Amino acid sequence: MSIIEVRQLTKIFGNEPNRAEQLLSQGWSKEKIYKETKMTVGVNKASFSIEQGEIFVIMGLSGSGKSTLVRLLNRLIEPSSGQVLFNGRDIVQMSTDELRQLRRKKIGMVFQKFALFPHRTVLGNVEYGLEIQGIDKKTRKELARNALELVGLEGWENSYPDQLSGGMQQRVGLARGLANDPDVLLMDEAFSALDPLIRKDMQHELLLLQARMKKTIIFITHDLDEALRIGDRIALMKDGSIVQIGTPEQILIQPADKYVERFVEDVDLSKVLTAAHVMQEPETITPDKGPRVALQLMRDSGVSSLYVTDKERKLLGVVTAESASLAVKENKSIGEVMEVNVPWVPPATVLHELFEVMAETRIPVAVVDERDKLRGILIKGAVLSALAGNAVPEAGVAV
Amino acid sequence: MSIPKIPLGHWVEAFEDWLTDHLGSVFNFIRSIIGSMVEGIETGLLAAPAIVLILLIAALAYRIGKWRMALFAFIGLMLIDNLGLWEPSMQALSLVLTAAILSVAAGVPIGILCARKNGVQNTVTPVLDFMQTMPAFVYLLPAVSFFSLGVVPGVIASIIFAIPPTIRLTNLGIRQVPAELVEAADAFGSTPNQKLFKLQLPLAMPTIMAGINQTIMLSLSMVVISSMIGAQGVGALVYRAVTQAKTGVGFEAGIAIVIMAILLDRLTQNAFKKK
Repeated sequence: MSIIEVRQLTKIFGNEPNRAEQLLSQGWSKEKIYKETKMTVGVNKASFSIEQGEIFVIMGLSGSGKSTLVRLLNRLIEPSSGQVLFNGRDIVQMSTDELRQLRRKKIGMVFQKFALFPHRTVLGNVEYGLEIQGIDKKTRKELARNALELVGLEGWENSYPDQLSGGMQQRVGLARGLANDPDVLLMDEAFSALDPLIRKDMQHELLLLQARMKKTIIFITHDLDEALRIGDRIALMKDGSIVQIGTPEQILIQPADKYVERFVEDVDLSKVLTAAHVMQEPETITPDKGPRVALQLMRDSGVSSLYVTDKERKLLGVVTAESASLAVKENKSIGEVMEVNVPWVPPATVLHELFEVMAETRIPVAVVDERDKLRGILIKGAVLSALAGNAVPEAGVAV
Repeated sequence: MSIPKIPLGHWVEAFEDWLTDHLGSVFNFIRSIIGSMVEGIETGLLAAPAIVLILLIAALAYRIGKWRMALFAFIGLMLIDNLGLWEPSMQALSLVLTAAILSVAAGVPIGILCARKNGVQNTVTPVLDFMQTMPAFVYLLPAVSFFSLGVVPGVIASIIFAIPPTIRLTNLGIRQVPAELVEAADAFGSTPNQKLFKLQLPLAMPTIMAGINQTIMLSLSMVVISSMIGAQGVGALVYRAVTQAKTGVGFEAGIAIVIMAILLDRLTQNAFKKK
């Protein structure tokens, strides 16, 4: 279900927003409207919906309206027209009180320059959102501590923000955004002020956090790599309008227009596409089956090895054609002859990091998630094809 | 052809008369309140022997500024006492403290209003300019006609002269709170008052304190002028010495004012500096 649905959302900065909107619908460009009327089109008729639990990235260059757009969602900036439906209720129509309650309980926010309160300790910052709701001291301190633990900052409760590094400060910002357990987290260029290594760490941790907490995250960035790395879907903005919405692969492989194409042409696909993007459905077998069954399966699907999993798809090992034949001769079960040392990677591994693993093995590399389940396998042909910019072949195609 | 002179002075006097006639009871009320405030503070300051108060202030100075300030406070105040100026000094101090307390009590809220509404700021700023640049002697006169002679018109004149820095710097301090912090406070659902007390005022405090410090200094500078309309104290001694050309007496009284000024300045400057 969509948690947020945005319809025709528009923001004009200037004296006569109605007039500017009329001009827009007559086809005037943002530039022309500014020249003639001195009004700025911040966001032009943006429409999209965001699903529960996804990371929705809004990307664009500076001045494209992405920071305005995210502020329209919690009305830090008042929209000129349009709707923002949050679980079906229009935020734009809410009274001041309703809006305040929404901000307190449902929507958290993390800022580009951290925006930590310098006169409050780390704990004092994180508990701020709870404090203003009137939650008692003991409860809010406990909730704030939990949030700090979540971002790995336990022990820093009594420090002041200026005693922390940039990365740590933004962890505090993140903890503050999460402390009141909101449904939606708005992140406005949250990692843009961090240096590249820290930034990558934070992206990684955000993904881990999100996998655990299943928050809906709306993430603003000007950095394509970041968008591709963390976004489930990406909306690309230009001059206040959304030019394309799609998954990272769609944006890369089927750019909607020349603008998007130019935007993505320098992307190193090997650093963007992950194992999850290019993996294919594996042929599997359970260990209680006999080796003859395994050989038959291999013949049928034209492969030379099978992955052995239990009924919950937990990866146990791999059996090759040779070891299966050996098992037939020696009358052993698959469980006894399978190779348990299987090369594997987590789904989020980028292709760039896969090459080494793939070069060292004859059998396809397994993709295994955090619960040890086999999610797919990586076949060299498919990986190379994806790198060449071709659409990823449908899962289940045998080598 | 010459344009006739605009009778601005007449108008002002007519307005002054009108106020005196119609708001007499209000002025009397204000007069009695301020009068008893000054008296109360003065009685308090003079309740114990000078040495007790001197030691108390020195202890306070030690807490705020360590040995140097404590030593200065002790020697300076002992000197005032030694010169026989203790009582007039405390009289002047009670005038200064009353003016300062009332200035802060009115100035900080006005400053907050200015910071919240541009309209208020645009109205208040020219009034403050007027209050600070109009020579103090000029508004001594209406102060006297409203509140008659004595310490009360002195306090009023001091407030008019001394309140602008508190208003201006409260306004400035709140407006200087970075916009992204205010935005963050909004994003988490703060009410305007929560934002004020939990974010803006704490961050503006050093600036507001600088304004309060200025206010105290300015009201101290008014003690001599106030003595011209009957306020008692060390200011009156300076004034009398000037009119009688007695350099020695004038210098002694002047030194007492200087010592009080330095003490008040250092104490208020450092009081809020430390965390």
